Amino acid sequence: MDRYQYLIALAVLMFAIGLAGVAIRRNLMVVVMCVELMLNSVVLAFVVFAARSGTLAGAAMAFFLYIAAACEIAVAMAIVVMLVERRGSLDLAADYELKG
Amino acid sequence: MISDVLIAVFGAMAMVFALLVVVLRQPMRAALALIAHMASLAAIFACLEVHVVALFQILIYVGAVMVFMVYAIMLLDDRDASLAHMFSRWSVPAVIVAAVPVVALGAMLVQWAPSVAPARESALFSFSAFSVAFMTQYWFHFEVASILLVIGIVAAWAVIAERR
Repeated sequence: MDRYQYLIALAVLMFAIGLAGVAIRRNLMVVVMCVELMLNSVVLAFVVFAARSGTLAGAAMAFFLYIAAACEIAVAMAIVVMLVERRGSLDLAADYELKG
Repeated sequence: MISDVLIAVFGAMAMVFALLVVVLRQPMRAALALIAHMASLAAIFACLEVHVVALFQILIYVGAVMVFMVYAIMLLDDRDASLAHMFSRWSVPAVIVAAVPVVALGAMLVQWAPSVAPARESALFSFSAFSVAFMTQYWFHFEVASILLVIGIVAAWAVIAERR
Protein backbone atom coordinates (compact mmCIF):
# COMPACT_ATOMS: atom_id res chain seq x y z
CA MET A 1 0.00 0.00 0.00
CA ASP A 2 1.52 3.32 -1.04
CA ARG A 3 0.89 6.65 0.70
CA TYR A 4 -1.97 7.62 -1.63
CA GLN A 5 -3.83 4.37 -1.02
CA TYR A 6 -3.32 4.79 2.72
CA LEU A 7 -4.74 8.32 2.60
CA ILE A 8 -7.74 7.36 0.45
CA ALA A 9 -8.49 4.50 2.88
CA LEU A 10 -8.22 7.07 5.69
CA ALA A 11 -10.66 9.38 3.88
CA VAL A 12 -13.17 6.53 3.44
CA LEU A 13 -12.93 5.56 7.11
CA MET A 14 -13.31 9.19 8.20
CA PHE A 15 -16.39 9.56 5.99
CA ALA A 16 -17.88 6.38 7.52
CA ILE A 17 -17.17 7.63 11.06
CA GLY A 18 -18.85 10.95 10.22
CA LEU A 19 -21.84 9.18 8.65
CA ALA A 20 -22.21 6.92 11.70
CA GLY A 21 -21.93 9.97 13.98
CA VAL A 22 -24.71 11.81 12.09
CA ALA A 23 -26.96 8.77 12.41
CA ILE A 24 -26.28 7.72 16.02
CA ARG A 25 -25.68 10.92 17.99
CA ARG A 26 -28.62 12.85 19.46
CA ASN A 27 -26.87 16.14 20.22
CA LEU A 28 -27.46 18.73 17.47
CA MET A 29 -24.01 20.32 17.77
CA VAL A 30 -22.20 16.98 17.59
CA VAL A 31 -24.26 16.04 14.52
CA VAL A 32 -23.11 19.27 12.80
CA MET A 33 -19.52 18.41 13.76
CA CYS A 34 -19.91 14.95 12.22
CA VAL A 35 -21.10 16.60 8.98
CA GLU A 36 -17.89 18.67 9.08
CA LEU A 37 -15.97 15.42 9.55
CA MET A 38 -17.52 14.04 6.35
CA LEU A 39 -16.70 17.27 4.50
CA ASN A 40 -13.09 17.04 5.73
CA SER A 41 -12.78 13.51 4.38
CA VAL A 42 -13.94 14.73 0.95
CA VAL A 43 -11.35 17.55 1.05
CA LEU A 44 -8.68 14.96 1.94
CA ALA A 45 -9.70 12.78 -1.02
CA PHE A 46 -9.56 15.77 -3.44
CA VAL A 47 -6.12 16.85 -2.19
CA VAL A 48 -4.74 13.29 -2.35
CA PHE A 49 -5.93 12.87 -5.94
CA ALA A 50 -4.49 16.32 -6.84
CA ALA A 51 -1.13 15.36 -5.32
CA ARG A 52 -1.21 11.94 -6.98
CA SER A 53 -2.03 13.27 -10.47
CA GLY A 54 0.16 16.37 -10.18
CA THR A 55 -2.64 18.71 -11.28
CA LEU A 56 -4.12 21.77 -9.63
CA ALA A 57 -7.80 20.94 -10.18
CA GLY A 58 -8.23 18.93 -6.96
CA ALA A 59 -6.61 21.62 -4.83
CA ALA A 60 -8.83 24.28 -6.45
CA MET A 61 -11.88 22.12 -5.68
CA ALA A 62 -10.73 21.90 -2.04
CA PHE A 63 -10.70 25.71 -1.95
CA PHE A 64 -14.31 25.83 -3.21
CA LEU A 65 -15.26 23.20 -0.63
CA TYR A 66 -13.91 25.49 2.09
CA ILE A 67 -16.20 28.26 0.81
CA ALA A 68 -19.17 25.87 0.83
CA ALA A 69 -18.24 24.79 4.39
CA ALA A 70 -18.07 28.41 5.56
CA CYS A 71 -21.55 29.12 4.12
CA GLU A 72 -22.91 25.89 5.56
CA ILE A 73 -21.67 26.55 9.07
CA ALA A 74 -22.98 30.15 9.07
CA VAL A 75 -26.50 28.98 8.15
CA ALA A 76 -26.34 25.81 10.31
CA MET A 77 -25.33 27.66 13.47
CA ALA A 78 -28.11 30.24 12.99
CA ILE A 79 -30.64 27.41 12.55
CA VAL A 80 -29.26 25.48 15.58
CA VAL A 81 -29.46 28.52 17.86
CA MET A 82 -33.01 29.25 16.61
CA LEU A 83 -34.16 25.64 17.16
CA VAL A 84 -32.62 25.53 20.65
CA GLU A 85 -34.34 28.80 21.57
CA ARG A 86 -37.69 27.42 20.39
CA ARG A 87 -37.44 23.90 21.86
CA GLY A 88 -35.14 24.59 24.80
CA SER A 89 -33.07 21.52 24.01
CA LEU A 90 -30.14 20.37 21.86
CA ASP A 91 -31.74 16.92 21.62
CA LEU A 92 -32.74 15.96 18.07
CA ALA A 93 -35.79 14.15 19.50
CA ALA A 94 -37.17 17.57 20.50
CA ASP A 95 -37.55 18.43 16.80
CA TYR A 96 -39.97 15.59 16.11
CA GLU A 97 -42.37 17.99 14.32
CA LEU A 98 -39.92 18.41 11.44
CA LYS A 99 -41.02 16.40 8.45
CA GLY A 100 -39.19 15.21 5.36
CA MET B 1 11.15 8.49 3.57
CA ILE B 2 10.43 10.79 6.50
CA SER B 3 7.30 12.29 4.91
CA ASP B 4 5.77 8.77 4.67
CA VAL B 5 6.33 8.25 8.39
CA LEU B 6 4.85 11.67 9.19
CA ILE B 7 1.82 10.96 6.98
CA ALA B 8 1.27 7.62 8.78
CA VAL B 9 1.54 9.29 12.21
CA PHE B 10 -0.71 12.25 11.38
CA GLY B 11 -3.17 9.89 9.63
CA ALA B 12 -3.43 7.77 12.78
CA MET B 13 -3.90 10.92 14.85
CA ALA B 14 -6.64 12.16 12.49
CA MET B 15 -8.44 8.81 12.82
CA VAL B 16 -8.25 8.80 16.64
CA PHE B 17 -9.54 12.38 16.89
CA ALA B 18 -12.37 11.61 14.40
CA LEU B 19 -13.46 8.72 16.64
CA LEU B 20 -13.30 11.00 19.69
CA VAL B 21 -15.65 13.50 17.98
CA VAL B 22 -18.32 10.77 17.79
CA VAL B 23 -17.65 9.18 21.19
CA LEU B 24 -17.10 12.15 23.54
CA ARG B 25 -20.12 13.22 25.57
CA GLN B 26 -19.59 16.98 25.92
CA PRO B 27 -19.94 19.05 22.68
CA MET B 28 -17.03 21.30 23.71
CA ARG B 29 -14.68 18.32 24.04
CA ALA B 30 -15.93 16.97 20.71
CA ALA B 31 -15.22 20.41 19.15
CA LEU B 32 -11.66 20.37 20.54
CA ALA B 33 -11.17 16.84 19.13
CA LEU B 34 -12.44 18.11 15.76
CA ILE B 35 -9.95 21.00 15.87
CA ALA B 36 -7.11 18.52 16.56
CA HIS B 37 -8.41 16.34 13.70
CA MET B 38 -8.36 19.30 11.31
CA ALA B 39 -4.85 20.28 12.40
CA SER B 40 -3.69 16.69 11.74
CA LEU B 41 -5.20 16.90 8.24
CA ALA B 42 -3.39 20.20 7.64
CA ALA B 43 -0.12 18.45 8.60
CA ILE B 44 -0.90 15.67 6.09
CA PHE B 45 -1.51 18.29 3.36
CA ALA B 46 1.81 19.92 4.23
CA CYS B 47 3.57 16.52 3.98
CA LEU B 48 2.01 16.08 0.52
CA GLU B 49 3.55 19.50 -0.36
CA VAL B 50 0.12 21.03 -0.99
CA HIS B 51 0.97 23.96 1.26
CA VAL B 52 -1.78 26.27 -0.03
CA VAL B 53 -4.55 23.90 1.08
CA ALA B 54 -2.74 23.21 4.39
CA LEU B 55 -2.78 26.94 5.10
CA PHE B 56 -6.46 27.25 4.08
CA GLN B 57 -7.26 24.31 6.36
CA ILE B 58 -5.79 26.15 9.35
CA LEU B 59 -7.04 29.64 8.43
CA ILE B 60 -10.56 28.82 7.24
CA TYR B 61 -11.49 25.62 9.08
CA VAL B 62 -9.66 25.86 12.39
CA GLY B 63 -9.46 29.64 12.46
CA ALA B 64 -12.96 30.58 11.32
CA VAL B 65 -15.40 27.65 11.16
CA MET B 66 -14.40 25.99 14.43
CA VAL B 67 -14.09 29.24 16.38
CA PHE B 68 -17.63 30.03 15.22
CA MET B 69 -18.80 26.59 16.34
CA VAL B 70 -17.09 26.83 19.75
CA TYR B 71 -18.70 30.25 20.21
CA ALA B 72 -22.14 28.76 19.43
CA ILE B 73 -21.54 25.89 21.92
CA MET B 74 -20.69 28.43 24.63
CA LEU B 75 -23.96 30.27 23.91
CA LEU B 76 -26.05 27.13 24.46
CA ASP B 77 -26.91 25.34 27.70
CA ASP B 78 -24.82 22.22 28.29
CA ARG B 79 -27.28 20.60 30.75
CA ASP B 80 -29.21 18.77 28.10
CA ALA B 81 -31.11 15.49 27.70
CA SER B 82 -28.95 14.56 24.70
CA LEU B 83 -25.92 14.35 27.03
CA ALA B 84 -27.53 11.80 29.35
CA HIS B 85 -28.63 9.61 26.42
CA MET B 86 -25.88 10.13 23.84
CA PHE B 87 -26.89 7.65 21.18
CA SER B 88 -30.05 7.17 19.13
CA ARG B 89 -32.19 4.02 19.29
CA TRP B 90 -31.16 3.30 15.71
CA SER B 91 -27.45 3.00 16.45
CA VAL B 92 -27.00 -0.58 15.23
CA PRO B 93 -28.63 -0.09 11.77
CA ALA B 94 -26.79 3.23 11.46
CA VAL B 95 -23.40 1.62 12.06
CA ILE B 96 -24.24 -1.11 9.52
CA VAL B 97 -25.13 1.56 6.91
CA ALA B 98 -21.90 3.45 7.68
CA ALA B 99 -19.92 0.23 7.18
CA VAL B 100 -21.25 -0.17 3.60
CA PRO B 101 -18.99 2.51 1.99
CA VAL B 102 -16.03 1.15 3.94
CA VAL B 103 -16.57 -2.37 2.59
CA ALA B 104 -17.27 -1.15 -0.97
CA LEU B 105 -14.27 1.14 -1.17
CA GLY B 106 -12.10 -1.35 0.70
CA ALA B 107 -12.83 -3.86 -2.08
CA MET B 108 -11.85 -1.18 -4.63
CA LEU B 109 -8.58 -0.41 -2.84
CA VAL B 110 -7.60 -4.08 -2.84
CA GLN B 111 -7.81 -4.05 -6.65
CA TRP B 112 -5.94 -0.72 -6.95
CA ALA B 113 -2.34 -1.73 -7.63
CA PRO B 114 0.34 0.68 -6.37
CA SER B 115 1.95 2.59 -9.21
CA VAL B 116 4.56 5.28 -9.54
CA ALA B 117 3.03 8.75 -9.40
CA PRO B 118 3.93 10.98 -12.37
CA ALA B 119 6.73 13.42 -11.69
CA ARG B 120 5.42 16.90 -11.01
CA GLU B 121 6.90 20.36 -10.93
CA SER B 122 8.00 21.35 -7.44
CA ALA B 123 6.22 24.73 -7.73
CA LEU B 124 2.88 23.26 -8.86
CA PHE B 125 1.08 23.95 -5.56
CA SER B 126 2.85 27.21 -4.75
CA PHE B 127 0.89 30.36 -4.00
CA SER B 128 1.92 31.98 -7.27
CA ALA B 129 0.77 28.98 -9.36
CA PHE B 130 -2.47 28.85 -7.39
CA SER B 131 -3.10 32.58 -7.85
CA VAL B 132 -2.37 32.48 -11.58
CA ALA B 133 -4.72 29.49 -11.99
CA PHE B 134 -7.47 31.37 -10.17
CA MET B 135 -6.99 34.47 -12.33
CA THR B 136 -6.91 32.55 -15.62
CA GLN B 137 -8.63 29.13 -15.34
CA TYR B 138 -10.98 29.40 -12.35
CA TRP B 139 -11.98 33.08 -12.43
CA PHE B 140 -15.63 32.26 -13.20
CA HIS B 141 -15.83 29.67 -10.38
CA PHE B 142 -14.25 32.21 -8.04
CA GLU B 143 -16.95 34.78 -8.86
CA VAL B 144 -19.70 32.18 -8.41
CA ALA B 145 -18.17 31.32 -5.01
CA SER B 146 -18.45 34.98 -3.98
CA ILE B 147 -22.16 34.87 -4.90
CA LEU B 148 -22.50 31.73 -2.75
CA LEU B 149 -20.94 33.60 0.18
CA VAL B 150 -23.43 36.45 -0.24
CA ILE B 151 -26.28 33.91 -0.34
CA GLY B 152 -24.91 32.39 2.90
CA ILE B 153 -24.88 35.80 4.60
CA VAL B 154 -28.44 36.56 3.43
CA ALA B 155 -29.66 33.11 4.57
CA ALA B 156 -28.10 33.49 8.03
CA TRP B 157 -29.60 36.99 8.26
CA ALA B 158 -33.03 35.61 7.25
CA VAL B 159 -32.86 33.01 10.04
CA ILE B 160 -31.95 35.72 12.56
CA ALA B 161 -34.85 37.88 11.29
CA GLU B 162 -37.18 34.87 11.72
CA ARG B 163 -36.14 34.66 15.40
CA ARG B 164 -37.31 38.23 15.95
